[in-house]
Amino acid sequence: MIRVQKEVFDPWRELDAFQARQGPEWAGRFGATAVFVGSLRDFNQGHAVAGMTLEHYPGMTEGHLKKICAEAHARWELLDTLIIHRYGALLPGDPIVLVATWAAGRDTAFAACRYLIDKLKTRAPFWKQEATPDGACWVKPE
Amino acid sequence: MSSITVRYFASLRERLGRSQEQLPAAGISSAAEVWGRICPDPMPVNTLIAINQEYAGPDSPVKAGDEVAFFPPVTGG
Repeated sequence: MIRVQKEVFDPWRELDAFQARQGPEWAGRFGATAVFVGSLRDFNQGHAVAGMTLEHYPGMTEGHLKKICAEAHARWELLDTLIIHRYGALLPGDPIVLVATWAAGRDTAFAACRYLIDKLKTRAPFWKQEATPDGACWVKPE
Repeated sequence: MSSITVRYFASLRERLGRSQEQLPAAGISSAAEVWGRICPDPMPVNTLIAINQEYAGPDSPVKAGDEVAFFPPVTGG
């Protein structure tokens, strides 16, 4: 499942709710859950960050997140994947992104989770603009 | 549908001072030609192009009814 939203979210509650929705047939079908949570720091490249605005390309963002998940499913034996990503105004400490994978074993779960966040960072059309002491500043790619 | 929708994001949107516009499709056959119509300057290095929300290149074909987007490298996650 993928979701792109403006509202603040709690990644741990989202994971709990996602698993609860799968019902009893999920029980025992996976041995590993790998989770990545990216949050907003109050510093970046030597300057203070008071907040951030995340711009995205509605439609293309969702399309590419789905595509990245489909690639992971084609590459590894996964029970399921979950991506939630914020847009709009964020404050330091806010979770920006949640990526989770469910698989039989840890190697697969870790590899797929890493693949999803790495591909998201290079392909999903999001742009970060930081509020710094010198004004608004577009973040440069890693 | 004899026009092309052109969209801009992030620093490129700010630089051009607009987020979206319609261009007559006549005489345009590639993404690079779209850029040539909307801006007198060369396309900034590292600009990414999407046609109908799929990544494309400057030589990718463009036709009437398409949505073409130009944006800087992405920084999500």
